[in-house]
Amino acid sequence: MPELHIIVCVKAVPKAEEIRVDPESMVIIRDGVRSEINPPDMNALEMAFRVKDENGARVSLLSMGPPFFEDYLRVGLAMGADAAFLLSDRKFGGADTLATTYTLAKGIEKIGGADLILCGEESSDGATGQVPPGLAEWLDLPQLSLVSEIQVDQSEKNIRVRREAGRGYEIIQSEYPVVLSVKTASNEPRFMEYPRKEWAFSEAELSVWDANALDVDEEQIGIAGSPTIVTGLREAEVRDRRQEFLQGTPEEIAAQLRTILVEHL
Amino acid sequence: MRFLHHNFNPIKGEAKLKATVYGSQESQEEIWTYIEHDGDGISPVSLELLSKAYELGRACGWKVIALILGSETEEFVEDARTFGADEVWVVEHPGLKEFDCEAFTTAAYQAILSAKPSVFLFGATPNGRDLAGRLAVRLLTGLNADCTQLQIDKERGVLISEVTGFGGGVLADLEIPLRRPQMATVRPGVFLQTPVKDKGQGEIRRFHPDIQDKNRTHILENVVEEGVDLTKAEVLICGGRGIEGQFDVLTQLAEIWGGAVGATRPPVDDGFIPRQNQIGQTGVICRPKVAVNFGISGAFHFIVGIQEADLVISVNIDPDAPIFEYSDYCIQGDVHELMPILLNEVQQQDEGNA
Repeated sequence: MPELHIIVCVKAVPKAEEIRVDPESMVIIRDGVRSEINPPDMNALEMAFRVKDENGARVSLLSMGPPFFEDYLRVGLAMGADAAFLLSDRKFGGADTLATTYTLAKGIEKIGGADLILCGEESSDGATGQVPPGLAEWLDLPQLSLVSEIQVDQSEKNIRVRREAGRGYEIIQSEYPVVLSVKTASNEPRFMEYPRKEWAFSEAELSVWDANALDVDEEQIGIAGSPTIVTGLREAEVRDRRQEFLQGTPEEIAAQLRTILVEHL
Repeated sequence: MRFLHHNFNPIKGEAKLKATVYGSQESQEEIWTYIEHDGDGISPVSLELLSKAYELGRACGWKVIALILGSETEEFVEDARTFGADEVWVVEHPGLKEFDCEAFTTAAYQAILSAKPSVFLFGATPNGRDLAGRLAVRLLTGLNADCTQLQIDKERGVLISEVTGFGGGVLADLEIPLRRPQMATVRPGVFLQTPVKDKGQGEIRRFHPDIQDKNRTHILENVVEEGVDLTKAEVLICGGRGIEGQFDVLTQLAEIWGGAVGATRPPVDDGFIPRQNQIGQTGVICRPKVAVNFGISGAFHFIVGIQEADLVISVNIDPDAPIFEYSDYCIQGDVHELMPILLNEVQQQDEGNA
């Protein structure tokens, strides 16, 4: 049986708790803000490594972003991935979901495809969750979202997954190749393996591909390929609240709280 | 129609990529709303969206269309009319019996191309997001996710979608100037359901899709768990990281007050409470009469879920916690000390009334 090939799409995001917004320009202040692997992508990585542990598989990482993303791909290599690919070109910048999924799909095509393409549920900065279905459409593959468990049957060339679909769950069977988004917090991501870490940060080969290398249609990438534009930015209005502090012993406060509640219901 | 789905192979068919499926010049002044349904009827978010579409449609003179996909959908037609659809498109096919994203995408794509609407709205549910995400790529158009407000600029024929950014209290307006349809998803609870008075007038249109179903995915088991509809709760008792998983006390409080329990993201991520109880930007947007927050610091992505509450009461150990800026009544104290005392107080009162 041919070895399974898994591609995990990952990205680096600014740490949510360090992000500040310039109140004048409403622009995100990135200076001094540290990045991390998008937390939901960590669950996608862990799912890939578990499939690798159980079935044997080659795990490739794919990302689109600036050159510094390389460090985060190396973290993924140290966790257990075998190869990493970074799509990096100024021309890719400013991409919305359509241009992003097109570029990633071209990257997957150049890698040579995969049996399983895993993504995080959503990014912590964009939070749209729309890359996995978009990617599947470009690649003409089935797609299942919010997957928390997976079993791979290589002899039947299919997978069986548990999908956390709102109220309850579904057990779904799908043929592969398939694109999956992994339910956030559905597993406990592993740490970097020390023997691998040295390899990952020195010898491991990491391919960086620009627009030329990918042979993309330049009208479909970056700002040019993005139908969506931002036309306004402003601070969210916050409703005025009384902000009255209740005083007294815990018992007195509990009594006040109950009175306030009864009055309002 | 520039290309048909069955020979649409975008990665290999490079020359076709430059094509816009259809643009603003060709589009019709119509607002389409995707009507999601299950065994319990139309999902609330679809009716909320239809209500919003009706409001937008009446304001700018555009037609409102409800799109229902499925294998047996008759029971949903009347509801769609009640909520103001000028036309109800019924797209029935045996291949649409259960949600198969590829089949649903194909059916919706064909219906869309036959009418070329300007706007297409979806509820940001698990299936709604998948369908919208896939369809936007097939239509080579933009999709604005989790919008908090929608407006139509009638002069320009442009949908203006408001979204929140970075959980930091920034709002952005997004537009899709050239491509059509202008697609957007909206989370449950953002808009209100408003049945219209002149109901039942909507015309019914039947559309027969040609689904060459690849049938690559099969739902083997569908388990629906008991759920609470947080958007309907009058009292919302919310817990954050600070309560360290003690949701049993909050549940008792909620039961006495006839309310529901909500949570911020960390306790959900830690498995203390199901994801469906998560409040805020990536959870449920609520409109309770009263929200009581225990051990919640007050990140903005949580606040957006309770800012429509009539009254907000918060308990936190840290007097400088941001949550207090968004609260009517603030209690600086240890939640572990206060929660049992409050429960005791409320239980005694409850017994007194009984």
